[in-house]
Amino acid sequence: MKTINKPTELGRRGFLKTSVAAPAAASLAIGVGISPQAAWAQAAQHLSAHEMASLVKMARDIYPHDHLADTHYVTACAGFDAMAADAGKKAMFAKGVADLDAAAKARHGAADYLSIAWEGDRVKLLQAIETSAFFGKVRSTLVVSLYNQKDLWAKFGYEGSSADKGGYINRGFSDIDWLPQA
Amino acid sequence: MAKFDLNDDSIVCIVGSGAGGGTLGNELAQRGIKVVILEAGGRYETQDFINDEWESFAQLAWTDMRTTSGSWRIAKDFPNLPAWIVKAVGGSTTHWAGASLRFQEHEFKTRTTYGDLQGANLLDWPITLAELEPYYAKAELKMGVTGTNGIPRLPGNNNYKVLSAGAARLGYKEFHSGNMAINSQPRDGRGSCQQIGFCFQGCKSGAKWSTLVSEIPKGEATGNMEVRPGSMVLKIEHDASGKVTGVVYVDQQGVMQRQKARVVAVAGNSIESPRLLLNSASSKYPDGLANSSGQVGRNYMRHMTGSVYAVFEQPVHMYRGTTMAGIVRDEARHDTKRGFVGGYEMETLSLGLPFMAAFLEPGGWGRPFASAMEDYPNMAGMWLVGEDMPRATNRITLDKTAKDKHGMPVASVHFDDHANDVAMRNHAYQQGRAIYEAVGATRVFNTTPYPSTHNMGTNRMSEKARDGVVNKYGQTHDIKNLFVSDGSQFTSGAACNPTLTIVSLAIRQAETMAGMMQRREI
Ligand SMILES: Cc1cc2nc3c(=O)[nH]c(=O)nc-3n(C[C@H](O)[C@H](O)[C@H](O)COP(=O)(O)OP(=O)(O)OC[C@H]3O[C@@H](n4cnc5c(N)ncnc54)[C@H](O)[C@@H]3O)c2cc1C
Ligand code: SF4
Repeated sequence: MKTINKPTELGRRGFLKTSVAAPAAASLAIGVGISPQAAWAQAAQHLSAHEMASLVKMARDIYPHDHLADTHYVTACAGFDAMAADAGKKAMFAKGVADLDAAAKARHGAADYLSIAWEGDRVKLLQAIETSAFFGKVRSTLVVSLYNQKDLWAKFGYEGSSADKGGYINRGFSDIDWLPQA
Repeated sequence: MAKFDLNDDSIVCIVGSGAGGGTLGNELAQRGIKVVILEAGGRYETQDFINDEWESFAQLAWTDMRTTSGSWRIAKDFPNLPAWIVKAVGGSTTHWAGASLRFQEHEFKTRTTYGDLQGANLLDWPITLAELEPYYAKAELKMGVTGTNGIPRLPGNNNYKVLSAGAARLGYKEFHSGNMAINSQPRDGRGSCQQIGFCFQGCKSGAKWSTLVSEIPKGEATGNMEVRPGSMVLKIEHDASGKVTGVVYVDQQGVMQRQKARVVAVAGNSIESPRLLLNSASSKYPDGLANSSGQVGRNYMRHMTGSVYAVFEQPVHMYRGTTMAGIVRDEARHDTKRGFVGGYEMETLSLGLPFMAAFLEPGGWGRPFASAMEDYPNMAGMWLVGEDMPRATNRITLDKTAKDKHGMPVASVHFDDHANDVAMRNHAYQQGRAIYEAVGATRVFNTTPYPSTHNMGTNRMSEKARDGVVNKYGQTHDIKNLFVSDGSQFTSGAACNPTLTIVSLAIRQAETMAGMMQRREI
């Protein structure tokens, strides 16, 4: 049957391709990681670089896909900075991140949420705020802003629009070949 | 194309252009009756549809504010989106999957068959299967339903092959690729299914029946029917005698208009139709139009639903091809040995990646959720749809504070599952899981009901005026020139998808209404 690349393979191949075609961008993304020093964090208009980086880290912790580069999470979070043009939203994000940082200190003796090394520890902090308006806003935005990025669909084995390709009538709508016989 | 004057009081004014309204309009127009259809949404044709779930949702779905209450999970997960239905010419038939099934005989007699179930407001329909059969036949022919009238069924896609293999292993007998209002071969001026897989986003090949591609252009071609998109009806008016005289609506330019009419037929789907009747309250009808029984807005049904998604070792690509590609019907029977009354159907369903993220486990996050999303290509999926119990307290009311942009109070939807719905859903989850495990599922998800796609019962049919809102022809008990023409007429919901029955009732209503008009009874 016609398959498209499995998440793990594609993630690797995507990475290799990026590093060959655009070494500068790739090394930037990989070298800095999710940090307030990253160019995308510095570029935030309404949120601080620290808040922006914390939100991107949160995005990775909420929907952790190891086969996706950080850039997808950065893209998914871009809307938060735009939302923060509104003073109420800005305050909600700022307080949300500050509360997470305070909890990181209190519970793990870490400098802030961003510097907790283990995902499991960060996730516990997120679980503690799961019912807050802040977490709700971040999660419900991300579930669209992450999974609705067309360029990551193939990495999840989803082929996207189909009418423009003549549908699946000749592209494998019934090509399953591994089913056990009844 | 016809254009009728706002003061033309000889026309039939239909509110809504979906399954009920669009069909009624065409059937009347074919009989030479002048019709104006007022449709709140815009007009998008086949080529305008978008193969992208969220973009299409933004184009077609009803996203005007609604509010919710009750113990259903929707009130928590999607408090302002109780229903997933359409606001566009063609109504929800632009979104629908096309499954077209007849009710079973006992499903017209639920009070008699199921008895007096505590907490349920069961009532027999004032019509029988035998009475509706000729109209079911007309509807199947009109819609080109596969597996009827010698029309071949559609080929099964991967998702169906998984379902059928599991069903066979489990010993189920009645499963096939469905009775679908989708052309399996060119028919009625429309082509055949290209297995595009975006049936919920408006069929871009025109293979799927909708009032948009069939009833409406046919009605317009008679010169007797005018469809006005972007026209939101706010109120139905009446004279001193109590007869309705027309409607007040906001037109495409945002201007308030009054369309006079000889007859008004309400077909806005089961949330908007009662909202409109309630909002039309007057000193003569203080509880809203046609509401002497107090039943307007009550008995809201949405089907016992749920989905089962299962992950396999190898790929399925369930999204390829027809969204609802097949059905298992063995559990549709009424058999209380299973611990509930009524029955349910199991139908294949797939969502694209964006909707899967939103609906697989609303609110879900973290590794368990993310790993499920990574299993997407290896997933198969089915939708469970069964009869839910009408309850007087499951109800559409006018929200006391929230208003839409026209100042009309929004619909507030209250829903609590009946214990029977819960028992049936649990049984269905278990059988769905068994089907997939029979063919090697490694992980199975019970997915909670989506915002309601099947909305029914809020202006129900009854023999006696005190038990319901409309008579067996959809004519309101209280006002003889006011009709209800959509799924809100349903006295009970049956196990199967509702649209074939809505269309059959609309064909029958048109015949009756035309006769009444000819005899000057209305
Ligand atoms: C994703 C999806 C899949 C489905 N699949 C199936 C299936 O496979 N089989 C099946 O049987 N059913 C299916 N359904 C259900 C089916 O679409 C509906 O049952 C059917 O279309 C309801 O018909 P209706 O006439 O009651 O309302 P609709 O078709 O929803 O039409 C109502 C119309 O009225 C308009 N309106 C409302 N209020 C006003 C107002 N005040 N003024 C002017 N216009 C107004 C609305 O904008 C809308 O266009 C599906 C639905 C969805 C959403
Ligand atoms: S699968 Fe068939 S019916 Fe569905 S959108 Fe494609 S062509 Fe239309």
